[in-house]
Amino acid sequence: MTTPIYMDYNATAPIRDSVIEMVSLAMQTVGNPSSVHTAGRSVRRLVEEARVKVAALAGCRVRDVTFCSGGTEASNAVIRGSGAASIIISAVEHECGFAASKHAGVPTYVVEVDRKGLVDQNKLREMLREAPAPALVSVMLANNETGIIQPVREIADIAHEFGARMHTDAVQAAGKTPIDFNALGADYLTLSSHKVGGPQGVGAIITAPTAPLAPLVAGGGQELGRRSGTENVAGIAGFGVAALEAMDDLADMNRIGALRERFEADVTSHANNVCLIGLESPRTANTSCVAMPGVKGETQVMHFDLNGIFLSSGSACSSGKVKVSHVLSAMGYEDDTANASIRVSLGRLTTESDVDALIKAWISLYDRTAARVNS
Amino acid sequence: MTLKSAYMDYQATTPLDERVLASMLPYLTEKFGNPHSAEHRFGWEAEAALDVAREQVAGVISAPSEAITFLSGATEANNLVIKGVMEQWGRNKPHLITVSTEHKCVLEAAEVCRKAGFRVTLLPVGQDGIIDLNQLEEAIDAETAMVSVMAVNNEIGIIQPLSEIGELCRKNGVLFHTDAAQAYGKIPLDVEAMGVDFMSVSAHKIYGPKGVGALYHKLGKYTTLTPQMHGGGQEGGLRAGTQAPALVAGLGRAADICAAEMAQEQGRLTTMMNRLVSGLKKSAPALIINGHPDKRWIGNLNVSFPGLVGDRLFADIRGLAVSTGAACASAVAGPSYVLDAIGLSDMDAKSSLRLGIGRFTTDEEIDFALDKIAEAIAKQGGCE
Repeated sequence: MTTPIYMDYNATAPIRDSVIEMVSLAMQTVGNPSSVHTAGRSVRRLVEEARVKVAALAGCRVRDVTFCSGGTEASNAVIRGSGAASIIISAVEHECGFAASKHAGVPTYVVEVDRKGLVDQNKLREMLREAPAPALVSVMLANNETGIIQPVREIADIAHEFGARMHTDAVQAAGKTPIDFNALGADYLTLSSHKVGGPQGVGAIITAPTAPLAPLVAGGGQELGRRSGTENVAGIAGFGVAALEAMDDLADMNRIGALRERFEADVTSHANNVCLIGLESPRTANTSCVAMPGVKGETQVMHFDLNGIFLSSGSACSSGKVKVSHVLSAMGYEDDTANASIRVSLGRLTTESDVDALIKAWISLYDRTAARVNS
Repeated sequence: MTLKSAYMDYQATTPLDERVLASMLPYLTEKFGNPHSAEHRFGWEAEAALDVAREQVAGVISAPSEAITFLSGATEANNLVIKGVMEQWGRNKPHLITVSTEHKCVLEAAEVCRKAGFRVTLLPVGQDGIIDLNQLEEAIDAETAMVSVMAVNNEIGIIQPLSEIGELCRKNGVLFHTDAAQAYGKIPLDVEAMGVDFMSVSAHKIYGPKGVGALYHKLGKYTTLTPQMHGGGQEGGLRAGTQAPALVAGLGRAADICAAEMAQEQGRLTTMMNRLVSGLKKSAPALIINGHPDKRWIGNLNVSFPGLVGDRLFADIRGLAVSTGAACASAVAGPSYVLDAIGLSDMDAKSSLRLGIGRFTTDEEIDFALDKIAEAIAKQGGCE
């Protein structure tokens, strides 16, 4: 078989070579960053240098960056630690958002999205009127399954009108679309390292200067008391390097976007009943969510796997469990369409010939199955 | 003298073993998949790393591998057990017992429980740093949900009587948690024999990477915990979040090496520690060893130099990486609460040093430390 073609960047991105170098170097540097001796201070520096880089990626002040164990922890910390009296969460959030709000001990409201996948702003206003104040509004910047980008600035403005605070999960947006924490107007923003080519097991919480955050993990008082536990120094240092390179990669998004357009154009011209999801909304350039009517997502994934192409039929944490994507359901798609969709997510190492192979494999499967089902 | 510096702060953190690093690298490079991607090979490879590591981590404490949960470190593990048990069982059993000399994160988590309306008893310790079992038994009542006692103290190295505590807990139908961050992989631990229901483990204290740890969680309905992190349902629903295969593989390998080399390491460190102690006694006859003289992890030494000014002493031994207390509290001024709890005066506490030795400590480093400290003591006119 030829070299495997990895097209599941939204599940995790291949780690960057420069990150591996940094992680190895950091691992060989001895010391606990909280120790005051020279050894401790030298590893402390690795953490603080990474903080500067992650702040640059998020467009925030350096001291507003809190490192933690990943995007899931970051979202949990914000949703359960903001001190809000209620939570309003969009219907297309990552699973950890729903799970965390269930345990926040305050009423939770789910705000619907329209057919385009965008938060219904009238409904949001209604909920803000009804929900115990102050509320926390949690709406992701870019969706993991469809790549759809929410108008976070507008949503933050609405939230603030009602004295609410706003959290945006930017895990899938980082490195794919520019992030400017101040311009977004959010009070909290959360990031994950492994989605931008850094190591797994690291993430960050960005907090506005006035935003409260009760620590989820209490203890030695690291990270200005916002997150205790000895810092994952190598992971954090690697995250820093990845953050820096991810910003450079934004320039590469035009190329990646063109690859995706080519895939979508080719399958559409081959099969007129193909369903491309999120076309009417702004999307991250690397993600394509596409339904092949009549053919189960899992069947498609298996077919691509046999052809050496790795992609998924939903988000990674729920793949393996067969259930309808809550994201597509929320957008009003029937189960038939939702069950027939796959997610292609491209990235910095994706080449023209990778996309050729993807198109070829898609068309061959379509001709064998869907064309017959639909004829 | 050839050495310019020596690392003797093995309780704060340990250097990464090269063998551990080697086990991690494949998961940073070609096997980079998300272990929860169940649909393709990249995911399976990463998932296999978790399975292997689970076996390795479980093996050290004679536990079944299904009872191991990976998370971001011992601080998270301690938070999860203490808050998770009280949330789960606190309605009928609103009482938690722990000890005044526990790691800060246990005390802080207990404080969160207290603020939430639960009853928290902080047991005192004797001058040797060890709890009184009679006091523990008296403290246990019908409302006690759990007893949390650390295995080895991070500052003074003493070993708490885990088996006896476990027996008491079992007899009274109370859950038993031990923070074993400083003990795991260093002294023999057997969760079944010791009656331990929950055990917290940290990788970076055993020559593994920072940012990963494990929780041993006895299987069964009486040990159910309320998860503290929610999301994609990873780790059997107990701890959400994408697992870091490289970190977890590192923890597994680190555990494996510790288990294989435990006896031999203990012998080597004992010889080295004896030399360190007798050398220190020569330059400071008045020296006090803090904590029980024998019931201790041999890689830790906490000593006070009566009459000496601690700040000057610490400044004069620059180049020797030791600490005056727990690392996370290093940046905070004020004497150690652990030394206070064993009855040390403020003066003696301030003139104390924690020296930690371990796998990569050499005889030359011991000599370097002895010379440095002897010089520093002489500058203040001795310690007799």
